[in-house]
Amino acid sequence: MLVAPVGWLARLFDPPLRALQRVGGYGGMAVFFLAPNMLVFGIFVLFPLVLNLVYSTTGGAALFLGDRSFVGLAQYERLFDCSNYLDPKSCAEDLFWTAVWNTAGFVVVQVVLMVVVALVTALVLNRELKARSFWRAVFFFPVLLSPVVVGLIWKWILQRQGLLNLGLYELGLTQVNWLIERGWAFTAAVGVSIWAHVGFYALILLAGLQAIPKDLYEAAEMDGTRPARMFWRITLPLLMPNLIVVLVLVLIRSVQIFDEVYVLTGGGPGTATLYLTQYIYEIGFASHLRNPGLASAASILMGGVLVVLTLLQLGIGRRNEARGKK
Amino acid sequence: MKKTVLAAFAAALMSTTAAMAGDVRIMWYTDGVEGEVMKDLVDRFNKANPGINVILDDVGYKVVQEQLPVELEAGRGPDIARVTNLKTIAQHWLDLRPYIADAAYWEKNFGDQFDWMRPDGSDAITGFMTQLTLTGGYANKTLFEQAGVPLPGPTATWDEWVEAAAKVKESQQLNAAFVIDRSGHRISAPIASYGGNYIGADGKPAPVDEGVKTFAKKLVDWTAAGLMNKEVWVSAAGTTYRPGIEDFINAQVAFYYSGSWQIAALSTKIGKNFDWVATGSPCGPAGCSGLPGGAALVGIKYTKNAAEVGKVMDYFASEAVVKEFTERTLFLPAHKGVAAGAIDFKSDDANVKAALDAFVKATGQVLPTANALPAWKWATPVYGVLVTRISQVMAGEMSIDDAFMRMDEDIKAQVAAAK
Repeated sequence: MLVAPVGWLARLFDPPLRALQRVGGYGGMAVFFLAPNMLVFGIFVLFPLVLNLVYSTTGGAALFLGDRSFVGLAQYERLFDCSNYLDPKSCAEDLFWTAVWNTAGFVVVQVVLMVVVALVTALVLNRELKARSFWRAVFFFPVLLSPVVVGLIWKWILQRQGLLNLGLYELGLTQVNWLIERGWAFTAAVGVSIWAHVGFYALILLAGLQAIPKDLYEAAEMDGTRPARMFWRITLPLLMPNLIVVLVLVLIRSVQIFDEVYVLTGGGPGTATLYLTQYIYEIGFASHLRNPGLASAASILMGGVLVVLTLLQLGIGRRNEARGKK
Repeated sequence: MKKTVLAAFAAALMSTTAAMAGDVRIMWYTDGVEGEVMKDLVDRFNKANPGINVILDDVGYKVVQEQLPVELEAGRGPDIARVTNLKTIAQHWLDLRPYIADAAYWEKNFGDQFDWMRPDGSDAITGFMTQLTLTGGYANKTLFEQAGVPLPGPTATWDEWVEAAAKVKESQQLNAAFVIDRSGHRISAPIASYGGNYIGADGKPAPVDEGVKTFAKKLVDWTAAGLMNKEVWVSAAGTTYRPGIEDFINAQVAFYYSGSWQIAALSTKIGKNFDWVATGSPCGPAGCSGLPGGAALVGIKYTKNAAEVGKVMDYFASEAVVKEFTERTLFLPAHKGVAAGAIDFKSDDANVKAALDAFVKATGQVLPTANALPAWKWATPVYGVLVTRISQVMAGEMSIDDAFMRMDEDIKAQVAAAK
């Protein structure tokens, strides 16, 4: 029933496409089809990237490039002006290095936990459970929430007079300043980001689990293989391509962490949860005397890290593809 | 047929631009009840002036503080805005002189604060103060009475206030004895009372002096001792503003240092739950100073409807409207004529009248170093630096001496970056 209108629509485009092919040739058609996408990419990604690079070589608080002075690499020099990179206090821009090391710590802990929790969730949801669809929806639901909403919900739960402390009080237990103690604030930042995103990564792993042929498990079971051995010898190796995709995606997202943590802790206590993106936002937009040049330089450096991670993802993807072909 | 369609399209386009030509968009934020009052005033203006359509965007204070400056830098923004960052970004305000009906009226009634909101050396009229404010304290009278602790007198020092509030905390099992808003503006009043001065001989920021150091050390020590509510200051990084008002409203602290603009909010939210009093500013060795300031309604340079903006500003600056706004919002008026006349503040709350009287009385205590800050373009950046570094000390991330060194470096870097 749908074939007729689709065919009619296709015929409608036939004359102009033929005309284009006459002008551009067979090879030119690829350029024609790619052009709209490349145009959007150019306007919204490439141009801002180049602009950001140019801004990072300028100084002053003005926003328009014409009103800004060229300072060369001075912004980068300021960011790298350190006697010991491991000690932010020895750096001219100490908050930048605090944010760098905070981000590094967050990435290490959050990525490991996220992958493990996502894997466990996927394994549980892959079992024959009662109301399995319901449980899958439950785990996926937080993914649908805006990060600001996630941050606010958890702030109401974790703040001094929040729901959690109310519960502890009712139980006669000691209340904790979850968002004011450094360790707890970090734990909250990691925990909330896992809660908010684990459903998405679990879904990717779940798809991988369901693609593993059932007969492999049946054969192993007939051979009397223990469940733990089946997990290490069948599930994990066959799930590895999905697991690597998840790992790299989590890694990239983790470096970019901002919204839910900004709402939840504001970067506090002190600067305990001040991460790179918040530093860039503070310097570029929220500070009373903004410094777009310094913010741009910091974002270029962060962009560099993300490019490396993306290349890593591409490399691993290609390697897996090549292995699959063999 | 083709001509008819084109004519209809042109007519539609013209009617759209005509409507836009009369639009005046105001970016507004609300501390207490002034949003409601303003909405009412705008509705009345729109009814009386069919050619002008005033649109009131009541946004969060953070939007005014963080997003508006970026919009302005990009040459965009509303037509009028209510702002507290008056001087640092004054280059974006519109000179209203050609568009207002009677510049002499404006100068006579609002002239004392014009320098607060125009670039140095300019004689522009960029707007008017919707209210004058003064920082000052509030005490929970009921908690003091229940604890059997007498309220410190008008010449009591910061130490005496904190000591008294600490006794109340102990007796009433409070979360903290007192709280100050997380704001460099707020702590600049006690810093002035301790002899601090930010302004160097050349008009640029001076290195942090003994006044700054003394009060900053006290604040950090009080926080470490659990007397100042740590949560408000430590719960954010950078320059983020955090008010302490919720702790006072919920009777979690005995003393709250903020300012006169909180009167309406306190009256509305506390109601009859407890009695509270405005205390003026506690004293230091140099005096008992509050910090004057306030919010201004300013025209934005990038407006396409400057003539309409002038008419709207004339309306809001008129004596009758300022008087009504003052009486309903419980703000201190900046309009000299209104201030000189009888003001019938619309509140049944006995605490309100006494609080307003206390703030009016406290205006006589303002030190010259505090009085100079609203018209000083570096005030806001210095406030930001103070908050950022003092919070880090409170969080145990650096020593107070390192913080002082960092404050000087940060301010130097900001001055250099602004060139």
